[in-house]
Amino acid sequence: MSVGDFIRNSQVWKSVFRHPAPRDRRNRVVVMLTNVFLHLHPVSVRKSGIALSYTWCMGGLTFFMFLELTVTGVLLMFYYRPTLEHAYNDILILRDVATLGILRELHRWGAHAMVITIWLHMYRVFLTGSYKPPREFNWGVGVILLVLTLLLSFTGYLLPWDQLAIWAITVGSNMARATPFLGYEGPGATFLKVGDVSLIHSGSDARFILLGGRFVSGETLLRFYVLHCVAIPLAVAVLIAVHFWRVRKDGGISGPL
Amino acid sequence: MTLDKGLQNGLAFFYLLVALLNFGFAAYSMVGAKRRIAGFLWAGVGVLFLLHTVGYFSHQGWMLSAALREFIDGLTGPVTYTMVSIVAFALLLYFRKFFVQPDVAWTILQLSLLAGGWAMTDPNFREIVAKEDNVPISMLIYSVAFFTWLALYRAVQNDERLARGEPVLEKVDDEKVLVWPDLVYTELICMILATFVLIIWAVLLKAPLEQPATSAKAPNPSKAPWYFLGLQEMLVYYDPWMAGVVLPTMIIIGLIAIPYIDFNRGGNGYYSFVERKFAVSIFLFGFVVLWVTLIVLGTFLRGPNWNFFAFFEYWDPHKVLPLNNVNLSQLVWLNVFHIPLDDFKVRFGDFLGPILRELPGIIVVGLYMLALPPLLARTFMKSYFLRMGFVRFITLVTLIQFMAALPIKMVLRWVINLKYIVAIPEIFFNI
Repeated sequence: MSVGDFIRNSQVWKSVFRHPAPRDRRNRVVVMLTNVFLHLHPVSVRKSGIALSYTWCMGGLTFFMFLELTVTGVLLMFYYRPTLEHAYNDILILRDVATLGILRELHRWGAHAMVITIWLHMYRVFLTGSYKPPREFNWGVGVILLVLTLLLSFTGYLLPWDQLAIWAITVGSNMARATPFLGYEGPGATFLKVGDVSLIHSGSDARFILLGGRFVSGETLLRFYVLHCVAIPLAVAVLIAVHFWRVRKDGGISGPL
Repeated sequence: MTLDKGLQNGLAFFYLLVALLNFGFAAYSMVGAKRRIAGFLWAGVGVLFLLHTVGYFSHQGWMLSAALREFIDGLTGPVTYTMVSIVAFALLLYFRKFFVQPDVAWTILQLSLLAGGWAMTDPNFREIVAKEDNVPISMLIYSVAFFTWLALYRAVQNDERLARGEPVLEKVDDEKVLVWPDLVYTELICMILATFVLIIWAVLLKAPLEQPATSAKAPNPSKAPWYFLGLQEMLVYYDPWMAGVVLPTMIIIGLIAIPYIDFNRGGNGYYSFVERKFAVSIFLFGFVVLWVTLIVLGTFLRGPNWNFFAFFEYWDPHKVLPLNNVNLSQLVWLNVFHIPLDDFKVRFGDFLGPILRELPGIIVVGLYMLALPPLLARTFMKSYFLRMGFVRFITLVTLIQFMAALPIKMVLRWVINLKYIVAIPEIFFNI
């Protein structure tokens, strides 16, 4: 008996994989049904539906980038403290001291790549008309995921706490100041007042809520850190589950009827 | 001025890669597609690029001549840039059968690579394009171009097949295959390739880190992250409440609404242009022209004070452009009727004054938003109205109105220097 056979016949191996290797048709079906990760897929698909020239693999790559960013992001959290005192220096240490220092690069370029792949995925879905019935709802879920991806990228942009970071966030968040009715420089905000006291001022408007202050500050850093590392990823994870589930329930990868 | 040796080696390597690409395409043309003349031609183009490699490896220091750079800069401005992108887009769609031919698309790609390499010899161009955070935009340009070509290529093929009464390409390989091994291995290979690309990218290019944050010194220009630069570019034409809040909200709502307003049941699950002319044209215009080319404009061509700088122009923070934009109210009351704008507040008070002053603009915007939908329903878009019903039609037209608001304002700015159509700064209500 070869070593390979010995391993495959051991109780440990059989407890993990409850069926023989997927070499024949039966076991290729069974493997898809018994593995929790593989069972995101159906057992069989239309050949033209999975052709790269049709799907571009962009949805899959977007998901892969999300996983990659989760892993590198968790590793980065070991090195980084979101306070005015430490944030910038922690990045310097990551750059100059940490061994094999490409962790931050993998995270930053992965984030850029995810923005591009999600746009291209959406582009493909539109151009193949795959949002049409019965997939209308899942397209909407996808749009929300797109927005959340951009917000993830935007909140992460602040964390290095360098000039690039705070001024990009300042430019971006200045928009919130102009939200109609809810920003203190937004149209209509001057009408929202009780007697002579205006309800919307620079200490109570949409921008203040976003930044946790009147300008980009330590509170903003903490707020963006929590949004970036916990709140938005959780929302994205839930919506990805819904998105994948609905892909399956709405008829799998699209194709001509 | 001479070229840095490291840069020349980099260019030599770049042109070597391009030459190899061409030799690969030549081999494919000759052997795969059995087109010998095309094959020889592309091999010749490969040799041309190889000459560049030799030239740069031996440090000849070839540069784009200053006269040519100035000539190109002289041609480039925000107006020409936007008009060229819109015209190119219209031509691409109209002559799609021509542009999707592999030889034509390949020619355009080689020209862009040749020009891109030459442009890198200019220090100003290089400084902007080679910025770490701007690298994704070059990737975005090439990937959007490639996938637009691929989608149109397949759409043209499918449209021809449909015209001949044949099934679409996606219908040809219609049999079912098992996910293991067909799909799981494709996914695995994609993941490995993506990991490989990401690691190479991370090793070659360090993530940027500037000076520690300080609110005392604002960089000029202050730019949002690159994927929001289309929105930042809109700030030239609209106030933040429009460019930063209302229009982005409309984009999100519009995207979600697409499946519910697109009543066309054709083109579901395959690439096609003829079956979905309207939907595909609008979406391509929104994504490729309004979103991607504005990002490119905002990144590469907007410098200090958000002034326009042509490709090879030095980003001079002291560049002064005359701002002589005027509001519609001024054009109407002052220039036509010779009534000073200040009179309105004096005569009609703080509330009625501004409203009467801005009446021309309010009427224009009101007509645009309220009178245009019923007008379209009775004229050009009558068949849409009849087939879509009231709610769908109004949603569609409103979304298109918001989308068209940007190009309309652009043209008004360029042609009559219009600043605001409605300007009530008293309550931050400027359109």
